[in-house]
Amino acid sequence: MDLVRRSGGIICVCLCLLVPAAWATNAPEEASLPPIDAESHYQAELGISEYKETASERPVDKSVTRLSERKGPVSTTDHSKLKELQGPFASGPEVTKACLSCHNEAGHQFAKNKHWTWHYEHPVTGQQLGKGVLINNFCTNARGNEGMCAQCHAGYGMADIKTYDFNDHNNMDCLICHESTGTYYKTPPTQGNKACSVMFEGKPAIDLNRVAQSVTLPGRNNCGACHFYGGGGDNVKHGDLSSVLFKPSRDIDVHMGEDGENFSCIICHVGEGHEWSGSRYNMVGKDTKGTGKPGMPRDTATCESCHGHDPHPASLTGIKLNDHTDRVACESCHIPTYARGGVATKTDWDWRTAGRLKDGEGFKLEGYTQGDGKHRHTYKSIKGTFEYGENLQPSYAWFNGVVDYTTIDTKFDDSKPVIINQPLGSADDPNARIWPFKKMHTVQPYDKGNKTLVYMHLWGNDPDAFWGNYNFERAINRGMADDNIPYSGEYGFIETYSYWPINHMVAPKEKALGCAECHSRQGRLKDLEGFYMPGRDRSVWLDRIGIFAMLAALAGILLHALLRLTFRAKRKH
Amino acid sequence: MATHKVLIFNRFERFWHWTQATAIFALLFTGFGIHGLHDQGDFGTQVTVHVVAALYLMVLWVFAIFWHLTTGTWRHYVPTTQGLFKVARYYAVDIFKGADHPYRKHFWRKHNPLQALTYLALKVVLFPVIWISGLAYLSYGLWSQGAATNAGLTWVALVHTAAAFAMAVFIILHIYLLTTGHSFREHVKPMVTGYDDIDLSDAEAAYLKQDEPQRIRP
Repeated sequence: MDLVRRSGGIICVCLCLLVPAAWATNAPEEASLPPIDAESHYQAELGISEYKETASERPVDKSVTRLSERKGPVSTTDHSKLKELQGPFASGPEVTKACLSCHNEAGHQFAKNKHWTWHYEHPVTGQQLGKGVLINNFCTNARGNEGMCAQCHAGYGMADIKTYDFNDHNNMDCLICHESTGTYYKTPPTQGNKACSVMFEGKPAIDLNRVAQSVTLPGRNNCGACHFYGGGGDNVKHGDLSSVLFKPSRDIDVHMGEDGENFSCIICHVGEGHEWSGSRYNMVGKDTKGTGKPGMPRDTATCESCHGHDPHPASLTGIKLNDHTDRVACESCHIPTYARGGVATKTDWDWRTAGRLKDGEGFKLEGYTQGDGKHRHTYKSIKGTFEYGENLQPSYAWFNGVVDYTTIDTKFDDSKPVIINQPLGSADDPNARIWPFKKMHTVQPYDKGNKTLVYMHLWGNDPDAFWGNYNFERAINRGMADDNIPYSGEYGFIETYSYWPINHMVAPKEKALGCAECHSRQGRLKDLEGFYMPGRDRSVWLDRIGIFAMLAALAGILLHALLRLTFRAKRKH
Repeated sequence: MATHKVLIFNRFERFWHWTQATAIFALLFTGFGIHGLHDQGDFGTQVTVHVVAALYLMVLWVFAIFWHLTTGTWRHYVPTTQGLFKVARYYAVDIFKGADHPYRKHFWRKHNPLQALTYLALKVVLFPVIWISGLAYLSYGLWSQGAATNAGLTWVALVHTAAAFAMAVFIILHIYLLTTGHSFREHVKPMVTGYDDIDLSDAEAAYLKQDEPQRIRP
């Protein structure tokens, strides 16, 4: 059996090497890449279909949990009894129209929200950000691929962000955030190529009447349906947001644990007027406000919002720990590892191997088995080669809350890796603290001539879409041309890193990091510069002089004692 | 002049000496552990022990200073050059010849000139340095201005570390010197029982017999 597998593997390798050789001239680096399934004992599965998980029924939780459960029901309306919601509804926008007929400010409020606009102007750097324009090092860009990516847009039918009518509030998707049956999903507004179009076949129709009548404040079911699956799968992107958080134990997340505080997302991400606290684009590096007085507005989702600046008890140890809060984010000690609970996160993505075929068809390999026993893809023809990790130690960096993004118009030095989103801050920055991050490594296409990143046209039922034609040249040409962005015509591959702040999966206090995790020569913070940390830092020369002085004293004593003994022996004779 | 057995180290002094010694050993051990020179013990526990021992020692020092000033025993630390070189020469040369220690304890001079000078230096230089740098280190959270005081903490740590090495050298020499002059046992005994053989002038002997009979043994 083993022999059969092995010879099968060798044949696969030969095929894989032959097929891409046809356009290897475009990507000279690729020739040196290792074969993708030489060692894999998993059978390659033809086809690239996925998204089983995202469109399946999700566990449903109460939207407002333990904190307010004590007070009884919050809402004054049972939506299932409203005549406006009795239907029948034939489409999403019809439901929205009914919602807005009562909630007559909701549309105007939500019109400014980035879940709708997919746009964000950074107040500090002035950069134009948001899903509509950004490039990351996963599927790289939503721009030009809205047909696929807009499944997670809080609106209906965003097939192209350039032509989408953002003034039509009826196209807002209220249900994706407010339904509470766990059955709601959206299919892509446009069709993909043949290889992709099968992905959503055979999905049951949504009972819009039932879904519409179920609306309530958002639960984990709602936020998680998109945020747990960012980057194309469970926990792929963030590392600290996975389907584990639908029903976590206290050990995984002390706040969300069903056997713990059982918070839903909105307990911390407090919202008002369809705008809620906590944004990755503009984080609070150091919360100087702390807890608010009763009734005061609370527009941050920091740990300090609830726990204040001196969260530890006034014991000898507690006082010392409280000393840390000005320079160390709570997350750094209280999230010892991320990707916990059995769901892995993607750590490495190599686009160079994308496009290899078997029998003329795209294929995928499931080479990683995660903690909960599920297999994860280690190769997909549409995306390339991946690596995963679980229970990972974060990378730590000084961070003042501001992130500098490499956008489509950023020119960079291509002799070294590109940092796609650089957290700013240093030990000398009074607003910076030490924060934990997931560091994602990718090798991805870029414009070799102009030294910029590129938009790729991945999704579409057309000959230019990479997910179907497996041709980077055409996908990039089209991706750039659609937005009139200059493209030199020559692409290459470049190493990139992105940083994902780790804020969720806060462990119970007894699982927080011990002091020596950082306070030691080879501890977690060994590479952070610009400050003195006991246990890690020293003056090597001072130590040498000190130890020399001690040894010299001992040597002197030894000599003195020997002389005394020698002379005493002489006197006795 | 005659030699008498006199209670030279009273109960407070003995308590002071031995608990101070214990605290200093604990501080040296945990301090070097925190500094990363050895890895015997958990960092957090070592910090706690270090802080508790340091706080204890500081309280003890405050009491000792008060005691020195109120009892007049500060006089034991007044430096003198009288006999200093004789003592120094003893440790450097005469000790090898089997000579007797040149210094006899007096009632008001229980330290030899070299001891007095060393202890004085310890009390007015090393202890304050280690005390002030240690307090600054311990209270970092109170005076720290975050990024603005990065360099401040570095200096506090370096001074404290340097003082710790100096203290370690003192301890090493202090223990070795117990083996000189008399026997090790004879040196340690007074620090335990309080009584030592002291040269008393007739007047001193008469005074003690008259007014503090419990301090003098026949």
